[in-house]
Amino acid sequence: MPKAINKKIKNSKTVSINNLSHFYGINENKKQVLNNVNFFIEKGELVLLKGPSGCGKTTLLTLIGALRTCQSGDLTVLNNQLNGASRKTRQKLRRNIGMIFQGHNLLRCLTAEQNVQMGADLITNLTYLQRREVARKWLSAVGLEDHHKKLPNGLSGGQKQRVAIARALSANPKLLLADEPTSALDSVTGREIVSLLRKLAKEQNCSVLMVTHDPRISDMADRILNMEDGKIFNALSELR
Amino acid sequence: MNFSFIKFRKIPLAWLLLTRQPLRLIVAIAGISFAGILMFMQLGFRDGLFDTSVTIHKLLDADLVLISPRSKSSISMSGFPKRRLIQTLALEDVEKTAPVNLTYLLWRNPENLKTRSILTLGFNPSDSLLLDDGFSRKADKLKNPGRVLFDKLSRPEFGPIEDWFLSDKKVETEVAGKRVLVEGLVELGPSFGADGNLITSRETYLRLFPANPKGSIEIGLVKLRSGSNPIMVTEILNKSLPNDVRVLTKDQFIEFEKDYWKNSTAIGFIFSLGALMGFVVGCVVVYQILYSDVTDHLPEYATLLAMGYRLKSLFFVVAREGFLLALFGYLPAYFSGQILYSIVRNSTKLPIVMDANKTVLIFILILVMCMGSAGIAMRKLVDADPAEIF
Repeated sequence: MPKAINKKIKNSKTVSINNLSHFYGINENKKQVLNNVNFFIEKGELVLLKGPSGCGKTTLLTLIGALRTCQSGDLTVLNNQLNGASRKTRQKLRRNIGMIFQGHNLLRCLTAEQNVQMGADLITNLTYLQRREVARKWLSAVGLEDHHKKLPNGLSGGQKQRVAIARALSANPKLLLADEPTSALDSVTGREIVSLLRKLAKEQNCSVLMVTHDPRISDMADRILNMEDGKIFNALSELR
Repeated sequence: MNFSFIKFRKIPLAWLLLTRQPLRLIVAIAGISFAGILMFMQLGFRDGLFDTSVTIHKLLDADLVLISPRSKSSISMSGFPKRRLIQTLALEDVEKTAPVNLTYLLWRNPENLKTRSILTLGFNPSDSLLLDDGFSRKADKLKNPGRVLFDKLSRPEFGPIEDWFLSDKKVETEVAGKRVLVEGLVELGPSFGADGNLITSRETYLRLFPANPKGSIEIGLVKLRSGSNPIMVTEILNKSLPNDVRVLTKDQFIEFEKDYWKNSTAIGFIFSLGALMGFVVGCVVVYQILYSDVTDHLPEYATLLAMGYRLKSLFFVVAREGFLLALFGYLPAYFSGQILYSIVRNSTKLPIVMDANKTVLIFILILVMCMGSAGIAMRKLVDADPAEIF
């Protein structure tokens, strides 16, 4: 295992993974969920990650999102080696990673605009008014400019997901991780959301890794990675 | 002045977490206010007790006070020979003295004829007893036997003495089974030890309480010449006088009384314990509110951690919630305390006041209560695992 490396590594790829393995449990209960995973994501790419439940997709996503400690192998995200990275390094790195959750996880006490602004608040050199402007711009980009005063309770599932996307993008991320963002949406809204993500990601030169089971959006990806039993099978396959 | 913190302010998350759940906020405020009111009342009663126990002591026109070493407080005064007071006149620094008798006698309410114990002071009307400009004029009326001055701040159970007296009605009743006539009103105030006060001449006092030896007094007042050092004179007198008398400065006499209530009775302890109970109740309420708030919002806090917010920032959010709750809870407690103090003052005549010490002390206690509870609730934040929200 490499020693703790907190310094940046020059790499043209947004994500670069070599022989990444991960385990849960200890001793006889130890279970391997990722088995020598290798793949990369280029800048501005939209990559879909598919596979059956329990194959390790979410674990992989949380490792790339610097939410878990990397146990074995090399994981470089935005030029940061995460194996052995400190908690502070991972926390700082997360500021450059936008995350869209299956349950959108909006703050119930905040309006749509304020939820988006929570993302923009991570940009430290902007004033309050500038950050509010950023939030309004992104809400407008996802077509919710008329709903900025609404609390999450007053929004539909699709609208909440759009707010979550706007929040993720408002911090100018270089990498966007999305966990089944279309699972709770109808096919039309689902395509709309992914199309929006793709458009915004391309405009921002932001890479997107999306975990999904939804076959209706496969044609919109640059690449599709298939995962099974903790292994990636077609890491280099080109779809488009 | 640098106002950049306003320019670069962030969304007031703590404020919104509290105010967007009005029912929970109201319950929290009610709980904290209740705890605050409990503390205000308990400390108010405690301070009121200490203050009222020395109301008369403060009004006495004396630099030094002689008492019996056996005396414990104004409610259990022992007598000592009056000649000890006269002996103090041998000292050049002593200008004049005044012997005072003090005991509890039974007063008959002239309206319903029920009897009640009243603190009775006997003194020579030609002496100066109280630091009150108009008192000597009133005291002159006591030269006639059987005349008394009634404390108009006494509890109403003693009868409508003030009303009758001011309406020129002859106020005549019995004290210790002997007839007395109220010749005037004074303002002293009741205490935890005495519900009412009565002042009379020593001559009348001895008639009302014949068991009291003529040469025995409970308090000896000593007035010093201007420029004299009371502490030094006290030391000289304590050395020169026999040990059947104890000499105190007026301040020492006041402390002597307060010490009795603080240390020799359970009352001070009980009220302090009551305030502590209020504090503990408040801690439990605030902790419950903040803990359930953190638990309810744990996925949202985890989301913020996943977005790149530091755990420390979330600690600050909970701490701010604690601070806001302290402010929101303190204000109603303060105003309710004012109203309740006023009610207690009017119904008991006890001098319970909202002084600066209590105002600041209770705010600090509520702040400690809220911030401490927030600190404990923060431990739950550590459970917010951003990896679990995917």
